[in-house]
Amino acid sequence: MENYFIKIFGDNIITLILIPAVLLIFIAVFALFGVYAERKVSAFMQDRIGPNRTGKWGLLQTLMDVVKLLQKEFVAPEKADKLLYNAAPFIVFVAAFLGYAVIPFSSMFIGVDLNLGVFYFFAITSLGVIGMLMAGWASNNKYSLYGAMRSVAQIISYEIPTALSALSVIMLAGSLQMQTIVFAQNGGIHNWFILGGPGGFAKIILIPFMIASALILFISTLAESNRTPFDIVEADSELVAGIHIEYSGMKYAMFFMAEYGQMFAVSAIVTILFFGGWQSPFGDLIPFLNYPVFQVIWFLAKGLFFVFVQIWLRWTLPRVRVDQLMTMCWKFLIPITLFNLFVIGLYVVL
Amino acid sequence: MKTYFKHIYQAVSTILIGMSITFRHLFQKSVTIQYPEQRLQLPERERNRIFVNIDDCIGCEQCARACPVSCITIETIKAAPGDVVGKTGLTSEGKKKALFVPKFEIDFAKCCFCQLCVYPCPTNCIYMTDVFEYSEFERASLIYEFTDMTPEQIIEKKQKADEMAQEALRKKELAAKEAAAKKAAVNKENPDKQNKE
Repeated sequence: MENYFIKIFGDNIITLILIPAVLLIFIAVFALFGVYAERKVSAFMQDRIGPNRTGKWGLLQTLMDVVKLLQKEFVAPEKADKLLYNAAPFIVFVAAFLGYAVIPFSSMFIGVDLNLGVFYFFAITSLGVIGMLMAGWASNNKYSLYGAMRSVAQIISYEIPTALSALSVIMLAGSLQMQTIVFAQNGGIHNWFILGGPGGFAKIILIPFMIASALILFISTLAESNRTPFDIVEADSELVAGIHIEYSGMKYAMFFMAEYGQMFAVSAIVTILFFGGWQSPFGDLIPFLNYPVFQVIWFLAKGLFFVFVQIWLRWTLPRVRVDQLMTMCWKFLIPITLFNLFVIGLYVVL
Repeated sequence: MKTYFKHIYQAVSTILIGMSITFRHLFQKSVTIQYPEQRLQLPERERNRIFVNIDDCIGCEQCARACPVSCITIETIKAAPGDVVGKTGLTSEGKKKALFVPKFEIDFAKCCFCQLCVYPCPTNCIYMTDVFEYSEFERASLIYEFTDMTPEQIIEKKQKADEMAQEALRKKELAAKEAAAKKAAVNKENPDKQNKE
């Protein structure tokens, strides 16, 4: 569980700067790739071709979009609260970025292996709410305010099913530490938590509950990162852009990067908790696939698969209404997660 | 209680059905037409830029009158008898042309592509083509001139027409004078006849 960079460079200031730099570069590259993938996948699903003129197959499209956004003027509303207005996008981005500190990309690379890794992650993603509220209020625009109010309601209510469904895994693994949870899924696909976790054959009765937990975790984290069908915050066709309305240029790009960063972080959490993180599904059968390099590849592959599922859901489902959103959270997801928790708790105790 | 589970089942199953449809579409061929390498096949009676076959135009100005936005401007000069209008002096159907058309302008910035100018033309010389990619940078370049008379020709024909008009006027005056003189002579010669009548 040592960090690879610490092994190379020693435990000094250089590694302390290098590790977040690598993560930042990863978020930037992923945002570039994520936007491109979303446009292409959505295009193919809608029987059209996505961007294919800039660069071969349109690969340079996002880069060109960033260049375009960079040279835009910062148009700010006159009555906007200057401090809050300017700080909001950065707070949202920082909240998304800080969550990456506890995500293990392989057995030898994790930002910081906190004892409370999972708890820290869920706490940090709710920091983004403050940023959104600031953005909505400081824009001095009643539509942004609507978006911000809805976002607060949505993110805060969906914290509960997130935490509760993650709890079922934590109970089985016995620890909140990220690497411990991944190490507990050692040995191949039958040990992954979605199929019951490590243990004897008795775990088969757990499988439906674990699948339900995984599904609910996926849905509620989808709501956390404001993706369709829960994107009433952005609501491209309702509030124009919700809290993003009054932002232009680089600040808008910050919101965007934060959203895509959170998309990957959330997929990463789902894979870590339920699908084995960076473990290869072949376990010890093919030992060379267990090397740290391959672990990164496995992790990225699983994470990107869930990002693809998120994109897929976005272009399949219509948006839910605010009251339907609340109903779903409080009347459906929470009772089911509580019941799951009860059953898994019984299993652990007995 | 039962409806609760029914709702959950319905939600999950319908979402999965929707997802399978989008997934299927992921692998279907796209229907995009890559302009400008590929062009859409326009229908036969497409109404785009107008073309005027000036050899057939007899200068009747029916199209200019029919146009609802007055984008066609036509000027005509009367041809002297014996003068050949255009190359052969005849339309493509063999009718003799009697008017020169020194100005036949269509302003495509105004044209609304309604095709009302096509129907009244007696020789079918004006019709709509399927050309739609003719955008210009200046509005003045959208005024198309269809005549094929050179400026010298125009001046020459105009002069001829003026001369003819003047001659006609003179002849008329002469004829009027003669008629008046004849009438006076007749009155003088037969005053009784006139009184009786």
